[in-house]
Amino acid sequence: MKFIGKNIPKIDGMSLVKGAPVYTSDLDLNNNALIVKILRSPHASARILSIDTSGAEAMAGVECVLTYKNVPQTAFTLAGQSFPEPSPYDRRILEDTVRYVGDEVAIVAAVDELTAHRACGAIAVQYELLPAVLDLETAVDNSNLVHVSQPHTNFFIGCDAARNIAASHTVTGGDVEAELAKCEVIVEQTYRTQAQAHAMMETYRATTSFDVNGRLQVMTSTQIPYHVRRHLSHILGIPKSKIKVLKPRVGGGFGGKQTASVEIFPAIVTMKTGKPAKIVYTRQETFSCTTSRHAMTLSVRLGSDRQGNIKAVDIHCLSDTGAYGEHAPTVFWVVGQKTMPMYSKAKSYRYHGHAVYTNKSPAGALRGYGATQGTFALESAMNELAEKLQMDPGELRLKNLIEEGEEHPELSGSTPETPAILKSSSLHKCIAAGKERIGWVHNYPRQQVSTNKIRGYGMAVTMQGSGIAGIDSGSVILKLNEDGFFTLTHSASDMGQGSDTILCQIAAEILEVEMTEVIVSSFDLDTLPYDPGAYASSGAYVTGNAALVAAENMKLQMCSTAARLLGVDPVEVEYDSGTFATSSERSMTLAALAKSLCSYGGRGQLVAKGTFGGDTSPPPFIAGFAEVEVDLETGVCRVLDYVAVVDCGTVLNRSLARIQVEGGVVMGIGLALHEDVRYTARGKLASDSFMEYKIPGREDIHGLQVLFEESYEPTGPLGAKSVGEVVCNTPAPAIAQAIYNAVGTHFRTLPITAEKVLLSRYKHEVGN
Amino acid sequence: MHLETEVNGRKLVLDFPSGEFLSQTLRRYGYVSVKEGCDTGSCGLCTVWIDGRPVLSCSTLSARVGGKVITTIEGLQDEAEAFGAFMVAEGAEQCGFCSPGFTMTVLAMKRELVAPTEAQMNHYLAGNLCRCSGYKGQMRAIKKFMGAE
Repeated sequence: MKFIGKNIPKIDGMSLVKGAPVYTSDLDLNNNALIVKILRSPHASARILSIDTSGAEAMAGVECVLTYKNVPQTAFTLAGQSFPEPSPYDRRILEDTVRYVGDEVAIVAAVDELTAHRACGAIAVQYELLPAVLDLETAVDNSNLVHVSQPHTNFFIGCDAARNIAASHTVTGGDVEAELAKCEVIVEQTYRTQAQAHAMMETYRATTSFDVNGRLQVMTSTQIPYHVRRHLSHILGIPKSKIKVLKPRVGGGFGGKQTASVEIFPAIVTMKTGKPAKIVYTRQETFSCTTSRHAMTLSVRLGSDRQGNIKAVDIHCLSDTGAYGEHAPTVFWVVGQKTMPMYSKAKSYRYHGHAVYTNKSPAGALRGYGATQGTFALESAMNELAEKLQMDPGELRLKNLIEEGEEHPELSGSTPETPAILKSSSLHKCIAAGKERIGWVHNYPRQQVSTNKIRGYGMAVTMQGSGIAGIDSGSVILKLNEDGFFTLTHSASDMGQGSDTILCQIAAEILEVEMTEVIVSSFDLDTLPYDPGAYASSGAYVTGNAALVAAENMKLQMCSTAARLLGVDPVEVEYDSGTFATSSERSMTLAALAKSLCSYGGRGQLVAKGTFGGDTSPPPFIAGFAEVEVDLETGVCRVLDYVAVVDCGTVLNRSLARIQVEGGVVMGIGLALHEDVRYTARGKLASDSFMEYKIPGREDIHGLQVLFEESYEPTGPLGAKSVGEVVCNTPAPAIAQAIYNAVGTHFRTLPITAEKVLLSRYKHEVGN
Repeated sequence: MHLETEVNGRKLVLDFPSGEFLSQTLRRYGYVSVKEGCDTGSCGLCTVWIDGRPVLSCSTLSARVGGKVITTIEGLQDEAEAFGAFMVAEGAEQCGFCSPGFTMTVLAMKRELVAPTEAQMNHYLAGNLCRCSGYKGQMRAIKKFMGAE
């Protein structure tokens, strides 16, 4: 193949490096837009007794002040999900109740930023303080309620606001209790993960105005342009046809921009004033007032016989969705979807628990979407089980893993009658290759480097999905232009991962033209086919398949049209890299075909469509191996080497896949070691800047090796599966095991900071 | 306030409210490669050169740049492209939002350091955060760029 599997630069890459004006705030040409600022709650839980905006309204330059008294009270969710969304409709634009420190109290728009700030300060609010629910583990049946009334849900998700439960879920197979009773070896432990921040470099922002046709125009940095339009239509009560969404380049998302966190604020200002408006979130707002990874408490029971044959996997999960339930049910489900099928040899399994409301910053979608948390718990427990069995952790996995061709009722795409089948997996090979590369046999479990430095080794495996089976489908439209080049339109919403480039590669491969002959357009929703957006690891698999189908349809049309113009039977036409040949002397170039279709006699410009929605969600797999050096004097843990061996099916673009893996592993290292989420006693997020919340810097990252063990996914485009999310799941459990092997303490709560490691050393020395 | 400066080789009288930071002023003047990402001087997105040295424009008052020579990546397109070729070959720009500031630091480093080690380069660039790439691809690009003539 010409493009597939190669190192292909991103089609937009050079422009990005050179600083081209391509992001939302760069294209925002109207310098007179009103600046929108939000007055936010200083309290974790309170009712607004009175709110006096007269001082703000009287200020020169203030054009709009909105409180709960003068905005629509429609209930909604901001989650970027296909309708009907599973997430509860527990939000309003503004309410008389605030549910976390940072919750919106008033919307202010003024001629400049300073005036808007001052106007926020001039609003007098009297609150009745309410006791707050700040602990995930005591939220259920707490006497204090985050939501007093039961939110609307589109279907049953087990939401019970009277118990602070946003969603409940149980999946089970076999009899877990009976199997556990028979098990010879059981690991029973609780693992905790923190509310990791996306920390994408471009904070949330949107600009609104009325377009030439009097429609609300919304330019936004989003992963979900179609969902943004639907949400705005619902919240504002205007038809979707009256909303135009523009999606420029997105400066990182990681799932954060799968929630429409900011668009409504400038949108309602424009609706109220008729004027352009814009909002740019500060970094503090981005940390505190958007979404994060769901913090979770996962209690695992894992049982096996003496030979390491796993009999039961039981995970109880409490997931902290904070004040609002964006993605609460679905992230909760995904924990189970990506853990229960993993060790399919187990005779019984159960995944159950709740997503709970607390008076903390809301949680939402973040790369991994529950699989990351579930993997930390399950894989940590697997490592502990291996130790109890005195068995190599790799061997324990090989004995129990799901294999290609096997079915499992919890694999996405299963129906109650028919379990889905795993059609591709090279995970067994990934484990072997990773052990080889890290020098497992020689190094595991530890190497003493010096009197105060020990290197520990650990591993973990994981799976994710590729798109959402049975729900999400995406489309691609290809147009043959009059000169013989193509325009490919889609709205998969490239946020840096390179989906525009992948789609271009697939189309160019099938159409047998250079990639420069396929122009990718993904900006103005009015001109783009439907796509749910960039989430659920769907770009390469779902939209990629749509591109493949569109290109194949285009090719068929090209051949039949060439046959018509050449006056031959379509079966006689052979297309080869831009030329239509026939058995006779007659032939035609693609350029000539295109030209004649647009002018003179051809009469029929070619437009082809491809739509794809998966019946299954084929899982990519990773085996991750960590070499961690622990400094016994300081507690500092350095990941000296990380080996990630990846099965993402066919590697569509080697350099882009590699960088996705590297970036995801580093995000996982941050989750494991650095990214500490702290709240004050009164419930304010304390880690709300890059000074307080440490994402990995370049000096924190050492060896990182990426290997691909390609499988072939028969339902994927040219055999491909996803790669974008699976990559951040293995570091936390692998690193935790490596640290355990170095210092002898199990760390079951993330992140594993130097302080914790050092403290464990002291405890160790004084015998607790 | 008014101040005479030179931006990307062009004499420019900047007009700005006192208290405005250089990143904001430059963006208002259309140098939108200059990004802001943190509000605390910790991400490096806003890196420009003042008199040839990389600085955080978000933490530099515009009032301090009178008579100075300011360079943004708009003024270093050829050098940026030379480095960019290595970056895109690795796919290491990803979302690209940190790229202009990061590239400004890399270009300054190339002028300043002679045959640096990887550790020295990582230290020089430590103030430029990236959430997408994981940094390794950036370093592969940097090494090739530093070795290229």
